[in-house]
Amino acid sequence: MTTAPTPIAKGGLRPADPDHDLLRVENLRVGFGEQRDLTEVVHGVSFSLAPGECLAIVGESGSGKSVTARTLVGLTGGRSHVGAERLEFAGRDLLAFKDRDWRGLRGRDIGFILQDALVSLDQLRPVGKEIDEALRLHGWGSKAERRARVLELMELVGIPEPAVRARQRPYELSGGLRQRALIAAAIAMDPQLIIADEPTTALDMTVQAQVLEQLQQAKARGKALILISHDLAVVSQLADTVAVMFDGELLEYAPAAQLFARPEHPYTQRLIEAIPSADSRGARLSPVVRRASLGEARAYEASDEPVLKAERLFKHFRGPDGHDRTVVDDVSFELRQGETLGIVGESGSGKTTTARLALALLDPDGGGVTLAGEEWSGLPERVRRRRRADISVIYQDPLSSFDPRWTVEQIMLDALGEGYDDKVARRTRIAELLEMVGLEPAHLGRRPLQLSGGQRQRVAIARALGPQPRVIVCDEPVSALDVSIQAQVLDLLADLQQELNVSYLFISHDLGVIHHISDRVLVMSDGKVVEFGDADDVLLRPHHPYTRKLVASLPVLERPEPTGPRPFGRPPRTAGPPITEELAA
Amino acid sequence: MSATPQAAGADIGRPGAPGGAPGSARPRVSVPDWVRGIRPGVALAGLVVAFFVVAMIVPSLLTGHDPYAVNLEETLQSPSWSHIMGTDQSGRDLYARIIYGARESLLIGLGATALGMGIAILLGVLAGLGNKWVDGIISRGVEVMFAFPILLLALLFVAVFGPSVTTEIVAVGLGTAPGYARMVRGQVLAVRDSGYVEAARALGHPYGSIVRRHIFPNAMRPLVVVMTLGVGQSIVWASGIAFLGLGVPPPSPEWGALLNAGRNYITQAWWLEVMPGLAIVVFSLSLTTLGRHLQQRLEGGVNR
Repeated sequence: MTTAPTPIAKGGLRPADPDHDLLRVENLRVGFGEQRDLTEVVHGVSFSLAPGECLAIVGESGSGKSVTARTLVGLTGGRSHVGAERLEFAGRDLLAFKDRDWRGLRGRDIGFILQDALVSLDQLRPVGKEIDEALRLHGWGSKAERRARVLELMELVGIPEPAVRARQRPYELSGGLRQRALIAAAIAMDPQLIIADEPTTALDMTVQAQVLEQLQQAKARGKALILISHDLAVVSQLADTVAVMFDGELLEYAPAAQLFARPEHPYTQRLIEAIPSADSRGARLSPVVRRASLGEARAYEASDEPVLKAERLFKHFRGPDGHDRTVVDDVSFELRQGETLGIVGESGSGKTTTARLALALLDPDGGGVTLAGEEWSGLPERVRRRRRADISVIYQDPLSSFDPRWTVEQIMLDALGEGYDDKVARRTRIAELLEMVGLEPAHLGRRPLQLSGGQRQRVAIARALGPQPRVIVCDEPVSALDVSIQAQVLDLLADLQQELNVSYLFISHDLGVIHHISDRVLVMSDGKVVEFGDADDVLLRPHHPYTRKLVASLPVLERPEPTGPRPFGRPPRTAGPPITEELAA
Repeated sequence: MSATPQAAGADIGRPGAPGGAPGSARPRVSVPDWVRGIRPGVALAGLVVAFFVVAMIVPSLLTGHDPYAVNLEETLQSPSWSHIMGTDQSGRDLYARIIYGARESLLIGLGATALGMGIAILLGVLAGLGNKWVDGIISRGVEVMFAFPILLLALLFVAVFGPSVTTEIVAVGLGTAPGYARMVRGQVLAVRDSGYVEAARALGHPYGSIVRRHIFPNAMRPLVVVMTLGVGQSIVWASGIAFLGLGVPPPSPEWGALLNAGRNYITQAWWLEVMPGLAIVVFSLSLTTLGRHLQQRLEGGVNR
């Protein structure tokens, strides 16, 4: 006898319990557009939620998870059509709601936490006022009572010195404090249901842990919680039940423990496998198998001489207050041929400045960089230009790193190193580069805007490979990508390294990604190197308190028990929705 | 083991999609997308502009009257079938004069915009790419120019060089240049600091080639639209100057000159003011509409 759930409706988890359930959704459909051009984006989703429970809706971009959540607070927008067999909250039929009813519901009965606190808060209004408004709108208490309540709320969500912070405006607060202020506003009226749409996506790792803690406490107080996220690890911290969405459909809906231990749907399985972490080192993350091997491209021989060496780098910038800020403070590292050095740190830690120093796009104020054993930083640009082919770069946002007027072909032509003088040689080389990164010649005529996110990043990688570099600086190359696309790009980078023996200076804020891909790791905080060493040593046995804090804040996903050794190169994909965007493109 | 509910659940297909069936197969007339995207107003504006461009090139195609033929028997006739916009104090057909005046008016508009834009591009690119001294000097200079009234400038020019089409072009061109220059500088700065310029530097391209291949074309792209808007604006400016008697001397049928000439008869012959005024307004409006349309097209699509 298996523990298969007894479904009520499509993918339902347990028999609906009308007496107990706070929220009941059956066969929810949402479409956008006018009569003739109506596009349905949510196709029949059912779930239910009881007080004190946390439901996580997981999916990649375009899966319909945010739309589903917005339906519950009536914020789907003007041209939307919502239909359902049942859409009930606390016994009230949400389908019959008018604008007035929604306004009464939002904030009082359902709190909604938006993704980006910087955008969601009024820049010119003190955050205390913002929280106060949530109370005032529903006519709660007198002015003095509200003031006391605001401070109490800020205390509750862990904002230090609430009396001072309440008078500050969003731009004076850090990302974590802003997000917590938003949570305080959402829970001000003590709503029975809290919906959090990607509440930690824009946040640093340590801040994310604090925010999750707040949500955990709300749940412990008996609040129902809907957590929308693309991050399974985050979800596994909080969720009692998990709903996996893809392309507007609910693919799997199961208790969290069961879903993570024995994911049933192939898509869920791949989604879990695609998460990079300490365990996934050396293994493939995506089911995409590379067809092509490399042609004439040369592999660099391994040697103990560092190919890129930074010695005691310093860089100062003039801050807004007119004082110099030391952004990079005594940073040294060595990168050997064929090795990956991961630089990890939170925003503002000086990672990107370090990368630009390595690329010699900035000159250091102290110290120096050598490339392939020769002096590199501090030279006149004229001298450096010839050697730029040895080091190239991949950015976080590929779109902004391409001239919007150019086609892929022009971008690639521009990136070819020396020695491709005639047309045939150039064309062959471009075809070869595209093949290396898994793109087709058909993509040559497209402009970056006409490509999907993953394809754009592939073009960026192909461009970086163009001059046959010894070192590629990867500045957050997968941070803007969905989990499955991230998996493909990481696999691609690993394959290329194996074949070309190219070195990576890999920058990321994501410890899982860094641990997955790096041989050695450098942890930065406030411009300083706090820890440097072998990836396992640094991330599994951290010494410095900061690294410990960072590692401790990483949500760890309880993975399914491997049935054998992790296969290197997964079996060809099985039936189910395509996880690769190539099929969709 | 009850598998029934699950099967039943899976059978809930997609009945009754909200607000009507999506993707219902109704046959459509095959109109290309770019045609369907054009609003009627924009189409009308296009026709108006085309009409005046024809008037500029072959005015005789649009009227049988001679714009300079004096006929003292038919002075100050109100609009009628034989003279649809009436006649002026010398009995010349006003419609023909407006049609023939299109050439000078449009030339002034185009010429002034081209001149203004040329100066602006030179100054804007220098300011955007130069060091902080070059930028500082040009930017302050542009601000001084801004503070200088365009009509005063025109007065100065007419005083020195005498009234002519060229004078008017130079006056309006110089007057509009500072605004464009600021815009160009902003564009150049934005592109200069963009990701793809840094990517090109990282690939080892010389700065000159980056300017030529990335910065210049990308900074110029939005200006196409601005220029379309600018031509209409320049015509309005030029008409203002001409109305003050500082423009093209009579008997030229330039629109602003027509306004100026009709001024003395405004109590007897309203059409002498209204008709040329309408021509100016309708043409500028149409150009502006087209410009805005282009702007949406180009910047909505490629410029992100």
